[in-house]
Amino acid sequence: MIINHPLLGPRDAQEFTYLGDASLIDRPDWEAADAQEQFYEYAYLRDNPAGEHRELWFHEIGDRSWLVVTRNTLTHEITSVEMARDVARSKGRSK
Amino acid sequence: MRYSGLRIIKEALTGNKGWKPAWRDPEPQPAYDFVIIGGGGHGLATAYYLASTFGKKRIAVLEKGWIGGGNVGRNTTIIRSNYLLEGNGPFYEYALKLWEGLEQELNYNAMVSQRGILNLIHTDAQRTAFTRRGNAMILNGADAEMLGVEQIRARYPFLNFNDARFPIKGGLAQHRGGTVRHDAVAWGYARGADNLGVDIIQNCEVTGFRIENGVCKGVETSRGFIGAGKVASCVAGSSSRLMAKAGMRLPIESTVLQAFVTEGLKPVLPGVITFGAGHFYCSQSDKGGLVFGGDPDGYNTYAQRGNLPVVEGVMESGMALIPALGRARVLRMWGGLMDMSMDGSPIIDRTEIEGLYFNGGWCYGGFKATPASGMCYAHLLARDIPHEYATAYRFDRFRRGYMIDEKGVGAQPNLH
Repeated sequence: MIINHPLLGPRDAQEFTYLGDASLIDRPDWEAADAQEQFYEYAYLRDNPAGEHRELWFHEIGDRSWLVVTRNTLTHEITSVEMARDVARSKGRSK
Repeated sequence: MRYSGLRIIKEALTGNKGWKPAWRDPEPQPAYDFVIIGGGGHGLATAYYLASTFGKKRIAVLEKGWIGGGNVGRNTTIIRSNYLLEGNGPFYEYALKLWEGLEQELNYNAMVSQRGILNLIHTDAQRTAFTRRGNAMILNGADAEMLGVEQIRARYPFLNFNDARFPIKGGLAQHRGGTVRHDAVAWGYARGADNLGVDIIQNCEVTGFRIENGVCKGVETSRGFIGAGKVASCVAGSSSRLMAKAGMRLPIESTVLQAFVTEGLKPVLPGVITFGAGHFYCSQSDKGGLVFGGDPDGYNTYAQRGNLPVVEGVMESGMALIPALGRARVLRMWGGLMDMSMDGSPIIDRTEIEGLYFNGGWCYGGFKATPASGMCYAHLLARDIPHEYATAYRFDRFRRGYMIDEKGVGAQPNLH
């Protein structure tokens, strides 16, 4: 697989390590009344879809940035690559 | 029809005209007491033990393709019970004991071969860890023996003992481990279940569940609605896809594990060996091919095929351990889908939907568990309580913090 890094251009997927579903960006509020339940779902449960999947990749042997890659889990086709930082900020996070 | 040596001689003398198909191809009935989704090793074993051990009737196995076309036909055929933790050890040892009696029980030659498995040691820390594991195995009723370099050299003289980075310092052997002819496991259980009246319905894909007021009443399939007293999901690799149809999210991600086989060679590798410094395991099939594999690809996929970096990594590990491997040519490679659970251990449990049961999360170690998985799942389906060896394999262990974390690294869906 080739991941088209927004800053560095096409890079071999071997340079990256994989974390998982991009929903891991949405860390629950630890002060919420149901924080325990929310963290259980956050830590353990996954949609694990067959088809389009937004996921976190870390450019470990590169610029060490986190990317949100949209990839089809049936074909391995990558349709979009974003900086995870930008995705997080667009959701109102500070970084 | 009972199979025997005498039968083979008789058929040989009469033109082999007397052989019959080993199982029927029935039309689905409108309803069953038990509908098992997935005609792989675990599903067929579950049906067999439900009918044989628990005396249940009106059982169907629904398979979207053909039986044995999924992971039971795609693994590296290794059986062993060299587990460390309490929740796992007795379960896998029970599986190994069932393997030992399987062929007599099924009257089917599954080529169970207890040729032994050897986990190699390359560092002092590994020796400590494997000594502990061996002791845990013995406590759980399994067999284990620490071998020295000379003992290993006598059996495997061709290993790379004096590698500068990964010298072989010893190994943990389980002599009762070995290999089984994987397809024959599916066929043997299918034939055994069919003989006891189980309907094995192939080319029948489950497209949805009929759930009314929190009770599962049956399944919608590509061949129409089939009613069921109890519906049992048994589709490891595709568990999330199937259970999503019932509105469930699972502590599972799907990934692909690749395996490889070389051309047929003369007998060279007497047992199963695993490399301790990289991830590589290898055995020689009875046809002569070296069968080996390594790590899963490590990202979510349902593609049943992997990528080249893992191929390269497996080959490098193989060459580091067995330099002679470079002279063999790889004939085939393939991939199978794995339910990677969040602690590396499986789930055999009821769900929150009454009448709907779940068996999955086998990561890439499901084959060796097949008989025990079938027996424990059948026990749960028949009696609604977990089998004594599967009490730890519950959904709620994640919520309660009782993970069975064999690797000891926390919630990560890329473990064994």
